[in-house]
Amino acid sequence: MRSRILGWTIGVALLIVLPPVLLALGQPFYVDLVRRIMILAIAAVSLNLILGYGGMVSFGHAAYIGIGAYAVGILGFYGFFNGWLHFAVAMLASALVALAIGAVSIRTNGIYFIMITLAFTQMLYYLGISVAEFGGDDGMRLKRRSELGLVDVNDPVQFYYLVLALMLIAVVLTHRIVNSRFGLVLRATKSNEARSRAIGFSPYPYRLTAFVVAGAMCGLAGALYGNHTNYITPGLMSWQQSGDIMFMVILGGMASTAGPVLGAFALLLFEDFLSGWTQHWQVILGPLLILSVIFFRRGLAGILYKPDA
Amino acid sequence: MASLLFEQLLNGLQFGVMLFLMAAGLTLVFGIMNLINLAHGSLYMVGAYLTVAATQWTGSYVAGVALGLAGTLVVGMLVEVIALRPLYERDHLDQVLVTFGLILFFNELVAIIWGRAALFASGPSWLSGHIDLFTGSRYPMYRAAIIVVGIVVALALWYVVTRTRLGMLIRAGATNRTMVAALGVNIRLLYTVVFGFGAALAGLAGLLAGPIYNVQPGMGELILIQVFVVIVIGGIGSVRGALVGAVIIGIVDTLGRAFLKPLLGTLISPPAAESAGPALASMLIYLLMALVLTFRPQGLFPARGG
Repeated sequence: MRSRILGWTIGVALLIVLPPVLLALGQPFYVDLVRRIMILAIAAVSLNLILGYGGMVSFGHAAYIGIGAYAVGILGFYGFFNGWLHFAVAMLASALVALAIGAVSIRTNGIYFIMITLAFTQMLYYLGISVAEFGGDDGMRLKRRSELGLVDVNDPVQFYYLVLALMLIAVVLTHRIVNSRFGLVLRATKSNEARSRAIGFSPYPYRLTAFVVAGAMCGLAGALYGNHTNYITPGLMSWQQSGDIMFMVILGGMASTAGPVLGAFALLLFEDFLSGWTQHWQVILGPLLILSVIFFRRGLAGILYKPDA
Repeated sequence: MASLLFEQLLNGLQFGVMLFLMAAGLTLVFGIMNLINLAHGSLYMVGAYLTVAATQWTGSYVAGVALGLAGTLVVGMLVEVIALRPLYERDHLDQVLVTFGLILFFNELVAIIWGRAALFASGPSWLSGHIDLFTGSRYPMYRAAIIVVGIVVALALWYVVTRTRLGMLIRAGATNRTMVAALGVNIRLLYTVVFGFGAALAGLAGLLAGPIYNVQPGMGELILIQVFVVIVIGGIGSVRGALVGAVIIGIVDTLGRAFLKPLLGTLISPPAAESAGPALASMLIYLLMALVLTFRPQGLFPARGG
């Protein structure tokens, strides 16, 4: 336990001092990169809630990144620039979509669940492509970024610290959720569904609630991502994006607090390294991911810590 | 109007045939090996590329098709032996992740060899004409040939699965793997054969699709997700379900894209239909899937034995 607190303290301290150091070194690109990583880490943390703790293999988590980003874009399109409104709508819309998708898909399990979450996300992807008003296939540029008052999102460093703070809130919140009574039931339905039914817990409402909470959290990541790229395309909801988020969780270590964050950093820094090396980096990344799944089961968090009891 | 409707019905059937060729292999692999294979779309792409390359090399469409199919069969078997064997004892999550890695690999490999731009693929010259329909319109011979190929494959599959020793083993393997292995059947070999078989069917779908759709990296994933919808609707593991699901999805999708916009135009204002029509048409099959799942969570034809 003490080593974990120490680990978090060092990690957060590093992230806090990173922007001034990088700017002093004349590397503003890396401030942007780390900010992008932390935004996707929020998405990975939210996926970990349902995948790692709930056992729900959702292959459609990118849907909520897209919805969050489009919430910012569409509100801006109609002249609403209040950032708090953006965030609220992004989370609410994502929660509602997660409720609809979850209501259908959680009735099934296993392979059906994987295919259905993937299919519904693809539906939203095609929806994004076919709505010409909001850019269709080409996507849309934000008229203006979210206006938050306290924090200026146009300033790369201020935006960085906002993302860092929100990521930490997401981590703490998820930690609290999985250690609450609700979280215990959710984990119980994952480890032994029949037994949790036998002691009187129907898994469905717990799973659906977790699914909706994860969707809302990922919707916030989407709103941040839209502000980060300043440009929104249906590609945010592509199945590759869903797969990427899933790999962050797996590489980092499922059902661990720090895992998704570590995984996001590991995957995206490695992608950045490979893509600087060759444009065909995916031909290397693919087999490496395969090897990591086959031989490296417990993820990065598994090396650093002993697994949760 | 009637001839247009008939023509679109045929187009829907033709698309359904492509979906069926993909879905049959995928559903067999799932039914027997309990394996979810996202890289099935990559095999579709490999089939299309190999056929284009082999046709150029040999100068003959028939030889190109034969080499393309054989090549996809070999690639499929290699994938099974190298990447998928360690996965049979793992959960579906690991299978999804590994086959996702395979997709990245294959898409990039194809881009390295043939480039990212779409390749031009043409059907054989003897299928380039049209046939006259009784409604007075003409239908491309190539698309008609796809429908014929689909019917032949469906019949052949039905024969193999229900009337041959291999089919008996396939059905037995789907019902109780451990028992089949205990009776002395080389289950590993059976897996490799079935996987290669499914890969060849995906390759067949890909090479047929070449002249109609684009041959480019990532082409397999677009159809793969529609194939998932087919399988979910039909019932996982059931070839009959795959056939029915594929025809339903093929026709619903094609008719939706063709007629939803004008149909909506008569109900709501044309400008609104102009934007709502394509949006709704692109969502139609997924909404249909949701509807089916609401009433039959296990699909229309749940496979026997789980």
